[in-house]
Amino acid sequence: MNNFFKILLSAPFSAKVGMIIITFYLVVAIFAPLIAPYGEYYLATPIAYEVWSSDYWLGTDNLGRDMLSRLIYGARNTLGLALTITILAFLLGGILGMTAAALGGWVDQLLSRVNDVFMAIPSLIFALLILSIFGTSIPYLIGTIVILDATRVFRIARATAMNVAVMDYVEVARLRGEKLGWVIRREILPNIAAPLLAEFGLRFCFVFLFLSALSFLGLGIQPPTADWGSMVRESSTLIAYGDITPLIPAAAIAVLTVAVNFVVDWMLHRSSGLKDVS
Amino acid sequence: MKHILKIVAQRIALGFLTLFAISLIITFGVELLPGDLAQAILGQAATPDAVRVFRIELGLDKPAYLRYLDWLGGMATGDMGVSLSNKRQISELVGIRLSNTLFLGGFAALVAIPLALALGILAALYRNSLFDRSINLVTVTSISFPEFFIAYVLILFFAVKLGWFPGISNISTELSLGDKLYRTLLPAATLTLVCVAHMMRMTRASIINLLSSPYIEMARLKGIKPMRIILRHALPNALAPIVNVIALNLAYLVVGVVIVEVVFVYPGLGQLLVDSVSKRDVPVVQACSMIFASVYILLNLFADIISIVTNPRLLYPR
Repeated sequence: MNNFFKILLSAPFSAKVGMIIITFYLVVAIFAPLIAPYGEYYLATPIAYEVWSSDYWLGTDNLGRDMLSRLIYGARNTLGLALTITILAFLLGGILGMTAAALGGWVDQLLSRVNDVFMAIPSLIFALLILSIFGTSIPYLIGTIVILDATRVFRIARATAMNVAVMDYVEVARLRGEKLGWVIRREILPNIAAPLLAEFGLRFCFVFLFLSALSFLGLGIQPPTADWGSMVRESSTLIAYGDITPLIPAAAIAVLTVAVNFVVDWMLHRSSGLKDVS
Repeated sequence: MKHILKIVAQRIALGFLTLFAISLIITFGVELLPGDLAQAILGQAATPDAVRVFRIELGLDKPAYLRYLDWLGGMATGDMGVSLSNKRQISELVGIRLSNTLFLGGFAALVAIPLALALGILAALYRNSLFDRSINLVTVTSISFPEFFIAYVLILFFAVKLGWFPGISNISTELSLGDKLYRTLLPAATLTLVCVAHMMRMTRASIINLLSSPYIEMARLKGIKPMRIILRHALPNALAPIVNVIALNLAYLVVGVVIVEVVFVYPGLGQLLVDSVSKRDVPVVQACSMIFASVYILLNLFADIISIVTNPRLLYPR
């Protein structure tokens, strides 16, 4: 535990800033009901698009709901969904990727070729196609993005696991008669955990941005649920009057992804063990 | 030479196989619906008669493989079927919008590629300098920004506060080229900002990667100027990854336009696609998806071929 803090303290400035920002977002997301001045759906005033005031710090939205409260609840909804999707994608893609690498042969060929086809489709187009066929509901939204994202996880998990799967100690474990699940869990996974963790950060950013983009297009998280992407969409007309309110949820998205990227950069740098070539 | 031709032929075959697989996914995705498309769009309340008529209109009474062949033949000959929402020919809807989208994407690419290459080479040349560090910071942040954030910031400053450019870029065929460029400047700038960052980082990384190799060391010891080392010695070998990244980003541009088009209300294919998805106008979505996916795959294919034929190791086999 002591060691863990030492590593954290040795992080460069940008990574520390990133970690502080991420912690802040998590606290806001977890304690949303305690922090928010009004409820998520509470129609605080009949006046739409009210300006910033001491009652409504960031004004109100198109239905007269408090912007600040919806921003705070939005952290919970958007972050929660993005995190769920990323974890599911890692379970699916990671397990398949490591299995493909450990088994090799036709299983590997089959999984890799199917994966190639899925990766060749632009993700936004694929998602829009699926959503138009099945309609915009949360389960289909989750399913679509999980599949799309799992293809990227599969590729990196397979590539990194391939390097480990040829090691002597894996061969020894196999000859000892260990089952596939054991080999993956005890031999392969611990050795590829570091690059996968960094990838987790990157994938999370991707999912988060993707989800926000879909919501912004009106095809992601549906109202009345508070969500940053749809909040930008709902208040976007204000931009024409020089009001910066619509930029605030967008900035909330931007700041979080920058923070995660800072931390990931540092983790990649650490795990690669490389110093900058100079 | 024969060797290269073989690899290129293999790559082209793979590209067309992928296109075929995607056309299958696009058409048979509809089959995954519980019930069928007619029922799903009309809802539970529809009378059986209405569903039956609609089913015939969609061609759902025919077996799936016939429908697929019809659709594929139609796509190839330019007859993409009829839109569900307004009964117009899809090819009519798509035609002008596709050229608008290509215009926007091409405009952004023409600005972005030279800019990214120049910045990347400069950053590699003066690596770890203040210039390199600050440009690195800027690119990390702009990669992390959602497109609509950049778009709205640009609108706020250049359209609302300064009033230099229109915040809505509605272009039509009657406009002159200059007028078109003026009106598409803000959306093109948004796209440029997003993809310059990626391309520039990749250019920098692949050149720096090469700079540690022995033959560069040799060139440096011979006393060649740093700029010449990069342009004559490093760049030819770094070309393959750079071309790849450029094509990836062009492909990204083709898809990234969707959001930018919506923000700027630009009359392109992306706007049509998003509108059709919210109306669940499946035939239009299928046609648009196929066009987007084809452009995307062809660009990737093109990049792979270029990186194969420019690879010095394959060009001069030992």
